[in-house]
Amino acid sequence: MREIHTDEIISTIERLFIDANINLSDEMLERLNKAVEEEKSPVGKEVIRELISNAQIAKNEQIPICQDTGLAVTFLEIGQDVHIVGLNLEDAIAEGVRRGYKNGYLRKSCCDPFTRKNTGDNTPPTIHTKIVPGEHIRIVVLPKGGGSENYGEVRMLVPSDGKEGVKSFVLEMVKKGGPNPCPPIIVGVGIGGNFEMSAILSKEALMMPMGERNKDPEMAKLELELLEEINRTGIGPQGYGGTVTALDVHIKSMPCHIASLPVAVNIQCHAHRKKEAIL
Amino acid sequence: MEIKVITTPLDDEVIKGLRAGDKVFLTGFIYTARDAAHKRFIETLEKNEPLPIDIKGQIIYYCGPSPAPPGKVIGACGPTTSSRMDAYSPKLLSLGLKGMIGKGKRSQAVKEAISKYNAVYFGATGGAGALLSKSVISSEIVAYEDLGPEAIVKLGVDKMPLFVINDIYGNDLYEMGIAQYKF
Ligand code: SF4
Repeated sequence: MREIHTDEIISTIERLFIDANINLSDEMLERLNKAVEEEKSPVGKEVIRELISNAQIAKNEQIPICQDTGLAVTFLEIGQDVHIVGLNLEDAIAEGVRRGYKNGYLRKSCCDPFTRKNTGDNTPPTIHTKIVPGEHIRIVVLPKGGGSENYGEVRMLVPSDGKEGVKSFVLEMVKKGGPNPCPPIIVGVGIGGNFEMSAILSKEALMMPMGERNKDPEMAKLELELLEEINRTGIGPQGYGGTVTALDVHIKSMPCHIASLPVAVNIQCHAHRKKEAIL
Repeated sequence: MEIKVITTPLDDEVIKGLRAGDKVFLTGFIYTARDAAHKRFIETLEKNEPLPIDIKGQIIYYCGPSPAPPGKVIGACGPTTSSRMDAYSPKLLSLGLKGMIGKGKRSQAVKEAISKYNAVYFGATGGAGALLSKSVISSEIVAYEDLGPEAIVKLGVDKMPLFVINDIYGNDLYEMGIAQYKF
């Protein structure tokens, strides 16, 4: 049994949200650099060059990559031999978010669904926890903007829809989003589980390393086929036309009910902000 | 790629020279306004009262920046989705508004108003909030301060990087781009 104090969780969450919003990861920068070469349209190339210099300016000036610094999505993998002491865990995460968005001059984008009154400190965060073996806590933050999140959907396909059904659903969502989710995008697809599980899988899919393929060869093949078809739509960077509409497609899947085929699509923009720490 | 340098206020000759797909650097003054400010503009006009700013020849930027850190003019300030302003834009264009900056497609009614009233719709690169903030050299709240982050802010910009999306000839970069690169 190892004790972890919530003070440490609070300061880590604060630091990760600021870091994620200001410093684009090397992984993303490398992918964008490659995308400039891949893109055929001159306007598209120019847009990607803007995104690369945007990332450099954000780092140098220590300001956010994008003004929509997102809802505070937080994933925790908690080792079952960890004892958390101090505050209630959810309160601690919220406090970390509160401090990060205030001290990092990040935009607070969380509001009441109907009155639209801003909660003022970007809380409550969206928290996903998993209990895993061991005595550590892994924290991953994924501040998620509204423009890209708006083009996500869960759909209960019928089993006979099969792979083709999944493909046409994904393509439908990408086309529906067009320029709005700020392409080049990353597409997360959750297949199987049940209604809510497919959605969580699709978000977890977004957190897979760029270029990494699903372990199941069939799923890996489907990822590549989807990527190719998405890049044939012509949407391109910012929707101005081009051959790089998506930077990658990731699938996460699990078994589902004999009567169902749940599928979720979650779209991420080029401002793919993900940072993690292990306590 | 070639870059056209233009300044505000936009005159008709300059607008005639702009084509969908052009990259431009914009220098001068622009005004931020998004959902709440647009709603208030239209309510004001319906009451036959004057707008708090003279929009003739001006450009509106659909933007809700992140807070300015100490010592900075502005935080990250990329565009928001323009279609939410579609319902209000034709009226403003009929009153002499010459340009709009945002991201995403516009409605048919807005595109028609752009041609009819000699105006232009520019795209600022979505998610390039840090890059765009570099071109902002001054920022001053000029109206609707009570709307907080949605107040109308007059921004002084120097070589703000934009693309022409809808021109007066009815061209639409989104449609042209897809037609050219779909395969
Ligand atoms: S979709 Fe992403 S990049 Fe575009 S404005 Fe929203 S958060 Fe920023």
